[in-house]
Amino acid sequence: MLDKHADYIAAYGSKKDDYEYTLSEYLRMSGIYWGLTVMDLMGQLTRMNQQEISDFIKSCQHDCGGVSASIGHDPHVLYTLSAVQILSLYDNVNVLDVDKVVEYVRGLQQEDGSFAGDKWGEIDTRFSFCAVATLALLGRLDAINMDKAVEFVLSCMNFDGGFGCRPGSESHAGQIYCCTGFLSIAGQLHQVNADLLGWWLCERQLPSGGLNGRPEKLPDVCYSWWVLASLKIIGRIHWIDKSKLRSFILACQDEETGGFADRPGDMVDPFHTLFGVAGLSLLGEGQIKDVNPVLCMPEDVLERLGLHPDLLS
Amino acid sequence: MYRDRKEWADLEPVPQDDGPNPVVKIAYSDKFTDVYDYFRALLKNDEKSDRALLLTAEAIELNAANYTVWHYRRVLLQALEKDLREEMRYITAIIEDQPKNYQVWHHRRMVVEWLNDPSEELEFIAEILSQDAKNYHAWQHRQWVIKEYKLWDSELEYVEQLLEEDVRNNSAWNQRHYIISHTTGYSDPAILNREVQYSLKQIKKAPHNESVWNYLKGILQDLGLSSHPGLLEQILELKETHCSPYLLGFLVDIYEDFLENTLEHHEEVLSKALELCELLAREKDTIRREYWSYVGRSLQTKYGSTSNRLIWIHSH
Repeated sequence: MLDKHADYIAAYGSKKDDYEYTLSEYLRMSGIYWGLTVMDLMGQLTRMNQQEISDFIKSCQHDCGGVSASIGHDPHVLYTLSAVQILSLYDNVNVLDVDKVVEYVRGLQQEDGSFAGDKWGEIDTRFSFCAVATLALLGRLDAINMDKAVEFVLSCMNFDGGFGCRPGSESHAGQIYCCTGFLSIAGQLHQVNADLLGWWLCERQLPSGGLNGRPEKLPDVCYSWWVLASLKIIGRIHWIDKSKLRSFILACQDEETGGFADRPGDMVDPFHTLFGVAGLSLLGEGQIKDVNPVLCMPEDVLERLGLHPDLLS
Repeated sequence: MYRDRKEWADLEPVPQDDGPNPVVKIAYSDKFTDVYDYFRALLKNDEKSDRALLLTAEAIELNAANYTVWHYRRVLLQALEKDLREEMRYITAIIEDQPKNYQVWHHRRMVVEWLNDPSEELEFIAEILSQDAKNYHAWQHRQWVIKEYKLWDSELEYVEQLLEEDVRNNSAWNQRHYIISHTTGYSDPAILNREVQYSLKQIKKAPHNESVWNYLKGILQDLGLSSHPGLLEQILELKETHCSPYLLGFLVDIYEDFLENTLEHHEEVLSKALELCELLAREKDTIRREYWSYVGRSLQTKYGSTSNRLIWIHSH
């Protein structure tokens, strides 16, 4: 079915009256990252228009160095990361003024080590991850106060071993992915209680085989990424029943349109398509390229960059 | 439509620009195009006016996730020195309509900060939580308000009310931990025991509840699960009438803690723990059999006699 998924992504956004595409303009840069990454994982990156995308990204870098989701939108660390990830796929980060990107990210760090998403100051461990992932891809981790950044992320570790968006926030698989990814890049994975967190993560698996994001919630295919990648990072991916999860992920495909939905029978979208395919890659699916669990990018791209974020064994 | 209004005729609408080589050609619904074309025109001219503020409200109504529109609205609110009480009413209505969106809650937080007035917050958030008791954004906002303005006093009562309504609400259990950690703490044995007994009571009501078991383990793990007087006996009693894979797993944890902290009865306790791991892997929690095998092997390696260790490891 990979060809069907590739066709779905290649055609996405080219339909004339796609209202949903319009509505998602505020996250367009991430949308492009999701599409390109899943295409690359399926060996079909060449079907996408590199020149158009590079030009688009160039027009999205603002004077402050940050990158916005689309033209006419304000810069944000989320879309700065997506832009750098896209350009890394193409081995062309110099489309952006890299020094200014680094300046922008540095400027988002707060006194307590946390990172704001943009000048309006929302704090979230997602942004800690975006900041260090961006700098790691640019080889500029020296630009921030790493010790303080680590201190803040660790202050978000909860009594159940998980992490939330700010200190005290409920443990959530998406935040856990960001924090374990952050700690991997920072070389601080030994600070995680891997057995306790691994237990919390494998508890996400429901009888259907699918994974949820926190206790007593419904499964969603994107958690096949957030939970699975986290488990891989902390060396406990084998604690998931792989064949049951694989069945769940495959059931989220739409055999008619291609693409993956959040759960079986729902509408597909590029976000869930990437995380369904990336999840299958982590489970060892033969026809999909190996995906790096920390950066959610093909391993061969990171190989080229000489990036090997730590994983626990 | 804005394009038909004469009081907007001075502005040149700016069509969507996807860059020098547009990635895709998009067709929009008419109204959306109209509103956003004029929004872009305002941005381009950096116009700070009442009509701009009104237009941001329309743009938000069409797409409340558009963070650039929210940024601009905040810039306008400050530049025009607008009535922030009115803005509170506005953001209240928006959140009620779209409670699962980062931008709306962040905007509300900014307005509360500008007004330095949290007096409506706890009631408002409770209202939103009454529609979805696990709304992650609502809980973050609640934690911020409580911590920032020191509104701890009645929160434990609120948490108990929510747990009455749904004892499996993980957000409420997390909040319970948050409140107690920031007020009395758990170091007073009376408080710790109160929480242990409260948890056991909830377990009796609903034995298959991941959250309460995580909470119980969480509050006891620093002191050690086996150190709490009478807990093992209470759990063994519950095992007869309110068993669950969580209870069995918790027993393993107690036994493990016992093995780590005591020198007597090792063989007996180890054997009970291994039996439970076996039962969980084979029958009671098979989806996590790899985890239970791991726990069994670890226990055997750490606490077993050499011969038993080899037998166990080879059969798992």
